Amino acid sequence: MIPREFDYHAPQSIPDALGLLAQFGDEAKLLAGGHSLLPMMKLRLAEPGHLIDLGRIRELQGIREDGDTLRIGAMTTENQLIWSQLLQDKCPLLVEGARLISDPQVRYKGTIGGDISHGDPANDHPALMLALGASYVLQSASGERVVSADDFFVGMYDTLLQPDEIMTEIRIPAPAQGTGYCYAKLKRKVGDFATAAAAVTLRMQGETVQEVAIALTNVGACALRAREAEDALRGKTLDDAALAEAARLAMSICDPVEDQRGDVEYKTAMAGEMTRRALSTANSRATH
Amino acid sequence: MAKKQTVSFTLNGTQVDVVVEPRELLIHSLREKLQHTGPHIGCETSHCGACTVDIDGMSVKSCTVLTVQCQDAEVLTIEGFEQGGELHALQEGFTQEHGLQCGYCTPGMITRAYRLLKENPSPSEEEIRYWMAGNLCRCTGYQNIVKAVQYAANKLSSASA
Amino acid sequence: MAASTDMLEREATLQGLGTSRLRKEDARFIRGKGTYIDDIKLPGMLFGAMVRSPYAHARIKSINKDKALAVPGVVAVLVADDLKPVKLDWMPTLGSDVQAVLADEKVCFQLQEVAMVIATDRYAASDGADMVEVDYEELPVLVDPHKAMDADAPIIREDIADKDEVGHGKRTHPNHIFTWEAGDKDATDSVFANAEVTVKEEILNPRVHPCPMETCGCVASFDKVTGQLTVYITSQAPHLVRTVVAMLSGIPESKIRIIGGDIGGGFGNKVPIYPGYVVAIVASIVTGVPIKWIESRIDNISTTGFARDYHGIGELAADKDGRIKALRFTALADHGAFNSHVSATKLPAGLFSICTGSYDIPTAYCRVDAVYTNKAPGGVAYRCSLRVTEAVYLIERMMDVLAQKLSIDKAEIRRRNFVNADKFPYSTSLGWTLDSGDYHTALEKVLQAVDYEGLRKEQAEKRAKGELMGIGLCTFTEIVGAGPTKVCDILGIGLFDSCDIRVNPTGSAIARLGTMSQGQGHATTYAQIIATELGLSSEEIQIEEGDTDKAPYGAGTWGSRSTPVAGAAAAMAARKIRAKAQAIAAHLLEVGEGDLEWEIDRFNVKGNPAQSKTMKEIALAAHTGDLPDGMEQGLDATEYYDPPNMTFPFGAYVCVVDIDRFTGETKVRRFYALDDCGTRINPMIIEGQIHGGLTEAFAVAFGQAIPFDENGNHLGNSLMDYFLPTAVETPHWETDHTVTPSPHHPIGAKGVAESPHVGGIPCFSNAVVDAFAHLGVTHMDMPHTAFRVWQQCKALGINTR
Repeated sequence: MIPREFDYHAPQSIPDALGLLAQFGDEAKLLAGGHSLLPMMKLRLAEPGHLIDLGRIRELQGIREDGDTLRIGAMTTENQLIWSQLLQDKCPLLVEGARLISDPQVRYKGTIGGDISHGDPANDHPALMLALGASYVLQSASGERVVSADDFFVGMYDTLLQPDEIMTEIRIPAPAQGTGYCYAKLKRKVGDFATAAAAVTLRMQGETVQEVAIALTNVGACALRAREAEDALRGKTLDDAALAEAARLAMSICDPVEDQRGDVEYKTAMAGEMTRRALSTANSRATH
Repeated sequence: MAKKQTVSFTLNGTQVDVVVEPRELLIHSLREKLQHTGPHIGCETSHCGACTVDIDGMSVKSCTVLTVQCQDAEVLTIEGFEQGGELHALQEGFTQEHGLQCGYCTPGMITRAYRLLKENPSPSEEEIRYWMAGNLCRCTGYQNIVKAVQYAANKLSSASA
Repeated sequence: MAASTDMLEREATLQGLGTSRLRKEDARFIRGKGTYIDDIKLPGMLFGAMVRSPYAHARIKSINKDKALAVPGVVAVLVADDLKPVKLDWMPTLGSDVQAVLADEKVCFQLQEVAMVIATDRYAASDGADMVEVDYEELPVLVDPHKAMDADAPIIREDIADKDEVGHGKRTHPNHIFTWEAGDKDATDSVFANAEVTVKEEILNPRVHPCPMETCGCVASFDKVTGQLTVYITSQAPHLVRTVVAMLSGIPESKIRIIGGDIGGGFGNKVPIYPGYVVAIVASIVTGVPIKWIESRIDNISTTGFARDYHGIGELAADKDGRIKALRFTALADHGAFNSHVSATKLPAGLFSICTGSYDIPTAYCRVDAVYTNKAPGGVAYRCSLRVTEAVYLIERMMDVLAQKLSIDKAEIRRRNFVNADKFPYSTSLGWTLDSGDYHTALEKVLQAVDYEGLRKEQAEKRAKGELMGIGLCTFTEIVGAGPTKVCDILGIGLFDSCDIRVNPTGSAIARLGTMSQGQGHATTYAQIIATELGLSSEEIQIEEGDTDKAPYGAGTWGSRSTPVAGAAAAMAARKIRAKAQAIAAHLLEVGEGDLEWEIDRFNVKGNPAQSKTMKEIALAAHTGDLPDGMEQGLDATEYYDPPNMTFPFGAYVCVVDIDRFTGETKVRRFYALDDCGTRINPMIIEGQIHGGLTEAFAVAFGQAIPFDENGNHLGNSLMDYFLPTAVETPHWETDHTVTPSPHHPIGAKGVAESPHVGGIPCFSNAVVDAFAHLGVTHMDMPHTAFRVWQQCKALGINTR
């Protein structure tokens, strides 16, 4: 449980970090909170020659409101999300999601940007981001680009983030007042990844679904947007039949991997059950 | 071999320098080089919390932090709790409420509870259980650990009242 | 006569038996000043890292050390061939088998020890271990114990393939270890053949691991000049380690010192002797410098000291009223690749024959067949005496199965079969003599406390609504305190224990015992026993354990034997001292010994309490010349205590669960535990032990298992998968007690730490199964994870809306 040797770099600014990334290329890994990367290095499953620690770059931290957009520095930690009054007021789904991630100590170190850019289908932020319609700012020496969460996740540990890029910011359109929300996560214990989880945002008009987003955690190669389920719900009343249909459609896109949490059938069923529960809770929280 | 570096930080109020390879984990620097063996190694995969220390106002599992990341940091370990021969309220609480048995998880528990009480001086039982869930104990079943934290919360709040 | 204020104060000052005095050991632990194995640093110490097999069964074709030896900081690489000159390549196990210290020609389980790299620190050792090149040839793997004795099963132990016995009777197959039986088979078969009602169930106790917070490790230090070997070690039984090391190494036992230090939890994991210890010892003998070996968590779960893996079949025969006429229990035991199951020589299946439980069962038979498989060796007891959890789990599950078959309430079936309080001491049909008990009183107290009738009513209402609520009962009897030497020995050494007490001139004392605390609070509770016996303050009684150069010989702490055996030794040694003190007091007061009476902390002259000598005064006098004629100075005594019988703690538990049929999640709503451990030494510590034992039972029932694939690969051996509950998952515990002292123990104490684990596991399972009982379910195997419970819901078609 000892990492292999590597060189350590602690740039103070984004340009410095990009410079190091350009210099060391494939040899380098970015270090955010480290609670995914360092255990992998200790097991010698990851063996970077250079570690570029983003922890000293001030610009990468902080949560602010910019018009209708919430802008979150990629190195903002889970506990900072949880304790943000701004997020509690404007985007409580993110707070609810962060509270279900890992354990208190890990949440002091774990960052939203690290969680997203790692590309692990078991991580929670990807589905939260999909449900919130977020986009990511990716910077490289040649400039920055903004990609939507919907496009970002390509496959298992595979994202649009290029080896010369750093995710610097997460932009979330502040959900409209009265938006219902829920992150329903089934896990074996504190500290575990989801057996299955569903993130939902929901706007109701009276008893009718006006807008809905549903995204699933850990039931595919990456976080999944349950578009057919969303389509089936728009304009409908959220009655038992609608919930059952949404759960069925969400399950139809699942392709989970069997492990100690359960087999394919169970995980798929749980994705449906979490979808149903997240929708019901979101409905109870939405303004009608 | 990667070049060794000197890292300077404050450990329980004292400035220390330690020479490390970049890959050295903070728990090893504390235990092997700085003679602070209070924080323990229980799992090495950041699940158990026995190695918990406080870094710059955060509870951190020191098995999953590189020593080189701690340049200029303020680090608090269990060895820093007793001040001038006076036990900290948490140390007293763990004894009074029988919040420990084998003692292996205790330094991490106390260090974590310290930060919890800084952030939330009067936590409910549910809040204590939620915010202490990064520390595993095999002996006590946690019930008396909850009581120990409550004991300290009461003592600290009556002292500051 | 009412006790005077003065007497009450004197009594309180002792902080003796029955008081919830705070623990003496806490002072160092709350300051981070404990001395656990990895805290030991010796000058010049090197660090050993183990190279382990990636395969469960493979032949080792070659090992190349060259690249590893070239790694900076690496000093040596040891493999089996290096251990042969010192004859330490194989070692005896505590189960009468032998075990490869480092794999010799082939590996028999995944992560088996193949080589140890010795280096200047753990970083270099780790780098070196990565560079050892081992060429393997894979062999067919045997994972399923049910296939172990098939004609075409791969032979795991070629080294003993031609032996028709490995310590416990005749073998019938190369993968067979032993068959053990107890009771009257023919009589039992005949009762079953003629019974009004019989029930049968296959019941698994899965492979689990005690998983203490601290892993195993040691620091071995051999002094080439003096020939002295000192080993700091995570052992629950340091004296047994010394004896085994002497047998193994040929070093005189007088030149071996084993030191236990502070132990970060054991729960059975730290009883056996592991290859890592032996290689570190060899490495120190070879290099002449101290060697440290510390196990990683994954290695801990994967290779040292698993528990259970008992594949049982329970059968009961009864009349129509549910009165049990006979019991027939069998088990297939998966011992892994070596039989390192810790067991008394005559009891290869441990105390499994306690499986008649708290019940008056006239006829019984049980049998255990043990086999080798390509899994790690072990078979330690996980917070229980040897195989007691397995036995209690079977009988307590089968009581429910019988109740369901006959539609008798699960409390009532127990009432009808309990051994009545007036029948103690009670001889069971499998040969044990239960010392004392009052089972009806315990059960009724618990049923009333939880409003059992009300719970059953609520359950009926919930069932009508399609909801799943379960009520679990467990009325267990444990067997602890191994044990009488006529029954129990390990490697020929009887399981007595010992205490040596020395009272100082100023009235303080030091006591040394053959046991080894791992968190149980011995420094406190032994002092309390001695305080009450001697009338000296427990605060001034120092307890020492675990250093074999200091403590008298004893078999250590496991199987809840500390209080029943060493606690008895402490009381008996103290009584020897008090007898001498009485003679001194009589001499000083110029009266006959018979004219004196003991009162808290002194001897009074009968009828004239103003004339007295306190124990402190006597302690000083014992170190003067003013003693009875012919009496030696000093106030010391040593007791080697061979218990006349085991002790039999019991309890009555109730658990209430609510199950979510759509996710399979189980919520423990309530758990009420009444324990009777006889005389209570320190109620605070007892309650702490019960909380801990229940939490470990909860972990076993709801999540722990060591799963393998068909190639013998581990599928979950880190703390991500191996379930150690946090404060969030752990239920709230309610505790209660009755007191039925042991008639044969000097202070009537029985031992308590294991009861909540042993009794808790079946109670949880009974609650989960009870939630499905109305749907015809009679048994569900552990662990009751959400996934597995959901599968049950699905099988019943109740997992969807």
